[in-house]
Amino acid sequence: MGFKNVPMSTAKPSENKESLFDSKLRAEIDKWIAKYPQEWRQSAVMAALMLVQEGNGGYLTTELMDKVAAYLDMAPIAVYEVASFYSMFELKPVGKHKVCVCTNVSCMINGSDRIVEYLEKKLDVKLGQTSKDGKYSLKEVECLGACGGAPMFQIGNKYYENLTPELIDSILDGLE
Amino acid sequence: MANEVCFRNMDQDRPWLLEQYRSRGGYEVLTGILKEKRSPESIINEVKASGLRGRGGAGFPTGLKWSFISRNTPGQKYVVCNSDEGEPGTFKDRDVLRYNPHQLIEGMVIAGYAIGATCGYNYIRGEFWEPYERFEAALEEARAAGFLGKDLFGSGFDFELHSHLGAGAYICGEETALLESIEGKKGQPRYKPPFPAHFGLYGKPTIINNTESLASIPVILEKGGEWFKALGVENSGGSKLFSISGNIKNPGVFEIPLGTPFSELLEMAGGMKDGSRIKAVIPGGSSAPVIPGEQMMELTMDYDAIAKAGSMLGSGAVIVLDESNCMVKVLERMSYFYYEESCGQCTPCREGTGWLYRVINRIETGRGRPEDLALLDDMTTKIAGRTICALGDAAAMPVQGMLRHFREEFEYHIAHKRCLVG
Amino acid sequence: MSDDQMVTIEVDGRELKAKAGTLLIEVTDAAGISVPRFCYHKKLSVAANCRMCLVEIAKVPKPMPACATPVNQGMQVFTRSPAALAAQKGTMEFLLINHPLDCPICDQGGECELQDIALGYGNDASRFVEGKRVVPKRDIGPLIATDFTRCIHCTRCVRFGAEIAGIRELGATGRGEHVEIGTYIEKSVDSEMSGNIIDICPVGSLTSKPFLYSARAWELVQRKSIAPHDSVGSNINLHVRRNQVMRVHPRDNEEVNECWISDRDRFSYEGLSSVDRLTHPLIRKGDKWIEADWQDALDAAAQGLKKARGTSGNRLGALVSPGSTLEELYLAQKLMRGLGSENIDFRIRQGDFRGEEPAFPWLGQTIAQLDELNAALLVGSNIRKEQPILAHRLRKAALEGADISFITPLELDTNYRATQVVNSPAGMISDLAAVARALGGSGGLIDGAEIGDAHRAIAEQLKSAAKATVLLGNLAVAHPDYSLIQGLASVIAGKSGAVLGYLPEAANSVGARLSGAMPGTGGSNAQEMLSNPHKGYLLMGVEPGLDFWNPAKSMETLGQAEFVVALSAFRSESLEQVADVILPIASFAETSGTYVNAQGEWQSFSGAVAPAGESRPAWKVLRVLGNLLDVAGFNQVSSEDVLAEVRQLAGDMKPENSAVNGIENEALLAGTGLTRIGDVPIYAADPLVRRAAALQKTRDAIKASARLNPNQAKIAGLADGDQAVVKQDKSSAVLQVVIDPAVPDGCVRVPAGLAGTETLGGQIGNVTLEKA
Repeated sequence: MGFKNVPMSTAKPSENKESLFDSKLRAEIDKWIAKYPQEWRQSAVMAALMLVQEGNGGYLTTELMDKVAAYLDMAPIAVYEVASFYSMFELKPVGKHKVCVCTNVSCMINGSDRIVEYLEKKLDVKLGQTSKDGKYSLKEVECLGACGGAPMFQIGNKYYENLTPELIDSILDGLE
Repeated sequence: MANEVCFRNMDQDRPWLLEQYRSRGGYEVLTGILKEKRSPESIINEVKASGLRGRGGAGFPTGLKWSFISRNTPGQKYVVCNSDEGEPGTFKDRDVLRYNPHQLIEGMVIAGYAIGATCGYNYIRGEFWEPYERFEAALEEARAAGFLGKDLFGSGFDFELHSHLGAGAYICGEETALLESIEGKKGQPRYKPPFPAHFGLYGKPTIINNTESLASIPVILEKGGEWFKALGVENSGGSKLFSISGNIKNPGVFEIPLGTPFSELLEMAGGMKDGSRIKAVIPGGSSAPVIPGEQMMELTMDYDAIAKAGSMLGSGAVIVLDESNCMVKVLERMSYFYYEESCGQCTPCREGTGWLYRVINRIETGRGRPEDLALLDDMTTKIAGRTICALGDAAAMPVQGMLRHFREEFEYHIAHKRCLVG
Repeated sequence: MSDDQMVTIEVDGRELKAKAGTLLIEVTDAAGISVPRFCYHKKLSVAANCRMCLVEIAKVPKPMPACATPVNQGMQVFTRSPAALAAQKGTMEFLLINHPLDCPICDQGGECELQDIALGYGNDASRFVEGKRVVPKRDIGPLIATDFTRCIHCTRCVRFGAEIAGIRELGATGRGEHVEIGTYIEKSVDSEMSGNIIDICPVGSLTSKPFLYSARAWELVQRKSIAPHDSVGSNINLHVRRNQVMRVHPRDNEEVNECWISDRDRFSYEGLSSVDRLTHPLIRKGDKWIEADWQDALDAAAQGLKKARGTSGNRLGALVSPGSTLEELYLAQKLMRGLGSENIDFRIRQGDFRGEEPAFPWLGQTIAQLDELNAALLVGSNIRKEQPILAHRLRKAALEGADISFITPLELDTNYRATQVVNSPAGMISDLAAVARALGGSGGLIDGAEIGDAHRAIAEQLKSAAKATVLLGNLAVAHPDYSLIQGLASVIAGKSGAVLGYLPEAANSVGARLSGAMPGTGGSNAQEMLSNPHKGYLLMGVEPGLDFWNPAKSMETLGQAEFVVALSAFRSESLEQVADVILPIASFAETSGTYVNAQGEWQSFSGAVAPAGESRPAWKVLRVLGNLLDVAGFNQVSSEDVLAEVRQLAGDMKPENSAVNGIENEALLAGTGLTRIGDVPIYAADPLVRRAAALQKTRDAIKASARLNPNQAKIAGLADGDQAVVKQDKSSAVLQVVIDPAVPDGCVRVPAGLAGTETLGGQIGNVTLEKA
């Protein structure tokens, strides 16, 4: 069979990996790299992108993706492919708080439309946009696997379930 | 007879702690196996005897899947757990990870022992941060207690387990897409054969099972395959976690024996919300064709009964719809999901999911044409069964189900440019 | 199931036999049963994603992709049953919904796989009433035009990059319907094999930029030819319209180029119609060049040579391009010998003539055998840029686990993991001696060599490999101690059991020896002819400022001649400085002829178009000169007649690499001071490619420059972008400084063959550098 399943690593490992990220970030990425076979550094690409994104105010730039590519000895295009495939990566600047509202079936029939409407009005943004003060981005997402708590959204790493306008007010008021 | 397997610790306070897990005999199955040097074949046979079928949705017999690995092939093999729970309506694995992570770990170590693998990965969807942290903490505990690592309990058997976080892609729940994703690539399903048992993660023999399936293993081996099988009904051994959501009073995850009447499950979930009337049920996650409410009330929750009704049990994600719902709008949302989540690899799915959505969207927004329903019928037959993975089928089936049972709503929408409901 | 077990299957009622496990599409292709497909390509991994090749298989409920289904005994296949056709037509409808209807303005029109298959499997009218997808155009460089709106996502180009070109430049970003093929960021595709994605793209998404909107496929006539730029002899088709070569495509030959060609072979045709093309004979009148008719020009040439010869043929010398055809080279040497001169040579870039030459140096193995190597040591070769197709072969071996190592004066950008021992040109000799010593060799330099870990590893790899080779490349040949390199390489090969091979530089470097274009007894070689002035010279296919090892010296020497006649397809500044008569000759596309490639294979071709203007095939020009100079044996009426004579001369001469011995020679290149490394960049290799406009815009088409590593630049007090005076021997050039970490300490890379370097000396030698 013609299946080619070799790591797509570059022919020459990049030098000066220390110069790419600060030592803390490197240590965190290295923890992920250590989980995989030695020749599969690229297995850590999603984790590395996530860490780098976090350190950059929630989004990735071409320069950062190139650094991840160099750090993992990947072709830059292979990193762009990954970053543009998974929905949690942001390739444009986002607000400080990314409000990810599920609008899939269970949430929809439990009123996610009203939740979106309320958020749009409260934050003065449309789905897919970032508020003028840069504090909030509102993003429509697919099922987050918390249908029992519909309607729900995610901000940062945290799920908020059984949303009501009052609850939303208190959640958003609690954010810096 | 509820909460016998994956949820049997749900009565405990902070059941995710090692201490709690061990207080109920946790990890004793594993240590027993290691001390006795139990033969891998007997473990696989026990799993086969249990009638356990893949709990992620496909329902493939787990023991059979394990037996495909040729244990004697030299070199690395892998055990991979699929915690990329993403089928709309499904939220059970999240609870296994949050409340019973040690049982999953024990299951994975046993699986590794059974197939001769020394390394495992648990692929947890990227949004599941809390479950990931729970699982990570459990890994730490297990490692410290010697349930993971080198030469476990002097048996000569090594097993290391890691979690891998996803980053937002429904398709990674497809097993080979998940493997691609661990390999640091886009999650695009592989053509099979070769199957993962021969050519899996990093090209090595791999078994990949759903979280709930793997977490069921320690209990199956503790109490015996026959015991587990007897919990359920013919062809549907054991109990299963059902995620029930929608227009109901107390949505949640319930562990019940397979074969339990749907009406009982609905009752456990508090019945319909605000006294509304049931209109329809999507019985196995959004890919499963819809079943009208009155028909559903007569069905039992097992693989055969649901299949006979023209749908599937899938991941056990039950979405209950009341009469206020417009089926065109419900289908539009589901079709949008498959359009969003198609990986883009196969022509029929890449092009077809977008086309399906656009046609349904036109109908929903009052721009439908009389010929659209025939077009949808035809299109679904050209997507289903024509793609590398089952996402094509998953996109086609809800459309087929809706048009089978609720065609008049669609016709009304086209004719009157508005909704029959409300 | 053993791999070679044969099974019988039935396809559309026909019984077919095949090896068990062969992919169904390979079996149907071999049997001439056509199954439509887009993503499948015989040289690429199986993607099975286009879903066009779905067929019906008895007892299988779903249609199966023929490209990914292995055959097994008794399999019953229906490629055109109602179920199969329904599946194929279903896929076709999906492929067309978002495909633009711009066939009338698409270059792929008329040779488009989608168009062809849609004719058989598509509907007349579309049921798709939604808006079609539009993808913005992207600039991916001077060679390839893109229109990704037409893309059908087959991913052949992406797989080509990863699997064949060995650099992932193109990718498929995004997800679902939003997947886009491209480089993601604005970036050119720089592989030396990139043009092949034009061929493998089944639609008009990737097309040739130089060819864009210039002709329709059905206007073109296809003529077979052989590529003229390296010693692979890639089989090509010239596509001709109204007597003009419009584009070049590969012609399949598994033993040579498979189905690929290098970008150099694909796009050099642009040089054929360069403004420099010489369309009339030229005669120098004082400082002016006068267009002349052939009669006058040939008379002038004959008279000039006769006069320069005087009473001794030895006063004449001939320097001929190894890119000339066998027939041309043969007649050139026959002419010289007929005039009593043994002074003829094609080794115009060789840096050292002290060694005993092998009889007939060649690759030492077949081209296809490179695929199967377990170890290879390349000496002084940037094979990727010198012979892209051979590099691809070697890469295949590397991916299968072969240990490839390089002893090289420039750090190379390889597209697989390889060991590189990078050292100055003088240091290369020590490295070779060390490897030789590690293998138990002795004598000369070897005895004093210091063995390092890398040397030991290379020695071990060569020795333990079942199939190993040592290959000498262009910078080995250009080395002032080439004879030493040859000797040491020979010891290494001998001691390790590896095959010694040469990577002949030009299309006919191997053929030139067969044709006799070498000095005979008492004759002068290229170096001697170009340093000791002769009265008269015959030049063929060369630009003296760019094609000779030491252009400054060559120009000076030729400048002192009484008479120089040049046969050339192009006007050329340096040629016009030294010549007296220039006779315009046909290019490779305009003449019949023969090249002998690296594996010693004779490949003849015919002219595809008429020679430009008044130019004539060089063999005819030489034949008439022979007549005018009363030399016997110049009565051939066709190039076949000439070829027959070459065959007779060559007899049963077999390729032969033995008989080298140079390890006792004194190393001429001192390892002190600053050494120039004058490699010839890929698109500067010969007069034709130097005039190929699009290739000259690529990243590989570097400008004349002085390239130093940061450390060396610091020592010299130079920074990137500075102007520096490079002094070599008695001459100098002012060049821009480029910081290039690939250059070792003690060296400056000043590439040869580029405008601006004509005034410099030997390709490898001592130089000084100072800020201008």
